[in-house]
Amino acid sequence: MTTDFGVVPDLTPEQEHESGAPALEAASERRAARRGFLVALPSFAYLVIFFAIPLVIVLVYSFATRNPRGITELRDWNVEAYRALAEPLLRSVLVRTLVLALLTTVICLALSYPFAYYMATRDSEVVRTLLLIGVMIPFWSNFLVRTYVIRVLLSSSGPLSEASQSIGLGEVDIAFSNAAVLIGLVYGFLPFMILPLYAALERIDWNLVEAARDLYASGWKAFRRVVWPLSRPGVVAGCILVFVPSFGAYVTSDILGGAKNPLFGNYIVNQFLQARDWPAGAAVSVVILAVMLIGTLVYFRTGGRTL
Amino acid sequence: MSVQSTARPRGGARWLLAGHAWLVYAFFYIPIIVLFVYSFSGSRLVGQWEAPTLEWYREVFENDNIQRSVWVSVRVAFFSTIISTVLGTMSALALERFRWRGRRVFDALLYMPLIIPDVTMAVMMLVFFVQAFDIIDSIFGTQFLLGFNTILLSHIAFNISFVAIVVRARLASSDPTLEEAAADLYASRWQCFRRVTLPQIMPGVLAGALLALTVSLDDVVITSFVTGPGSTTLPVYVFGLIKRGLSPAINAVSVLMLVVSMALIFGSLLLQRVISRESSLD
Repeated sequence: MTTDFGVVPDLTPEQEHESGAPALEAASERRAARRGFLVALPSFAYLVIFFAIPLVIVLVYSFATRNPRGITELRDWNVEAYRALAEPLLRSVLVRTLVLALLTTVICLALSYPFAYYMATRDSEVVRTLLLIGVMIPFWSNFLVRTYVIRVLLSSSGPLSEASQSIGLGEVDIAFSNAAVLIGLVYGFLPFMILPLYAALERIDWNLVEAARDLYASGWKAFRRVVWPLSRPGVVAGCILVFVPSFGAYVTSDILGGAKNPLFGNYIVNQFLQARDWPAGAAVSVVILAVMLIGTLVYFRTGGRTL
Repeated sequence: MSVQSTARPRGGARWLLAGHAWLVYAFFYIPIIVLFVYSFSGSRLVGQWEAPTLEWYREVFENDNIQRSVWVSVRVAFFSTIISTVLGTMSALALERFRWRGRRVFDALLYMPLIIPDVTMAVMMLVFFVQAFDIIDSIFGTQFLLGFNTILLSHIAFNISFVAIVVRARLASSDPTLEEAAADLYASRWQCFRRVTLPQIMPGVLAGALLALTVSLDDVVITSFVTGPGSTTLPVYVFGLIKRGLSPAINAVSVLMLVVSMALIFGSLLLQRVISRESSLD
């Protein structure tokens, strides 16, 4: 029996008396199903119109033709836009995007795991909550501003450069470089790794570790055989939540990388707002979408249920 | 849950972990503190320190473009929050309390706006509106343009999902037997929702609304694709300023935007405290 509310009042006592129970249950379940659909209908319709259909249109556009005046024409369907991905110019952007997104993910994981472990192993609930709030604040703070902050910090003769000069390390000049973009991406997406890792580590039954230690497992072995496997759903979720937005990053590379170091995101924006080659931009968007879908599938395949 | 003595790292490892944790916090907060301090610096050059001044804040409050864009941001955030809170709450109810065909498809569709990169969603919205306006204009002879309405429609499209995920979590932990009891006592479906379900999920609905408000006020990429002349939001305007070069006024407006973000975060954290206190009373 489902727990749908409002199932029972449909039936007056007389009806209940007359009909057999199984038929009754089937009928009320059908009614509940119809009501569920009706409750979902406004949002369902909204998301179909303003999300699913736009997605299909982008897919269609990626096979369309751009005429010399920069207007997209929905005829002469072709895969030119995808073929361009293999050409040197776009390939170098693809490689840079891929490498930076992977590096961001690895660095975030390396920084976050010990951090989340430290948070999850605090005895006091109050301390754990405070530590968590310390991560929630950057997580929900304005992303543009958090990127700008790094831009100010790294500006030539800016605070970081001055600090390093004063301790005798010389000038730091990494503004508008791949390194600056990498720092910005790590700074921006680090909370996306910490939060799922913390959620996974916090759920671990530490008695299991205790048991492993009692059975003479070394600290390292207890970690490798008990803690790490149990925290893996958090690792996978964190990696996807960092890799997917890094792969589609635009604001970070635009502010910190300058025009010389474009990522896929900058390439897309450029195709749409300046070069007016919409099929080319749409094709790269489809590639990013594919990466997102693969990431989600990996997540659900490895046993994750909710993001 | 208390951590057992042998499960916890000891000696050097323990201090390494603690030191690492504080370094991560320093990484998060030192840049923000630096920005805050330099927003009061008297120097025209960003990142140089001179005698403190409130000049840059005055500049922000006197800038007409900023005033206008704040107003657009507030209107977009207000309307998109209200509409997506209603739609998101209905979605959460439909998914948590009913079984129906198409439920899984809807569930998947509802998740996608949460994980899709901004740039991709921005492209989708732009291409969709241009194509749709093309068709509508050619049939009805109208002249639809990108602007406030397209920004609003796009913000609702991603905010429904944010509200739904928060309300769903609340619904999943609330007690469905109360609803059954109300139904047994011949409450109508509406009474049942109004008197039993809604009061139970209200903190979740409010937390979802605050989240939607935050996300709407933060968005740059999607908005900058579907905006038109005369309807620039604050983040899009500030993004444009940053591209033209650093200025102390950007520092000041950034600090103000961070303060608003943090106020909203503390609001939703307080709400969550109320929620957990309530559930501990049960």
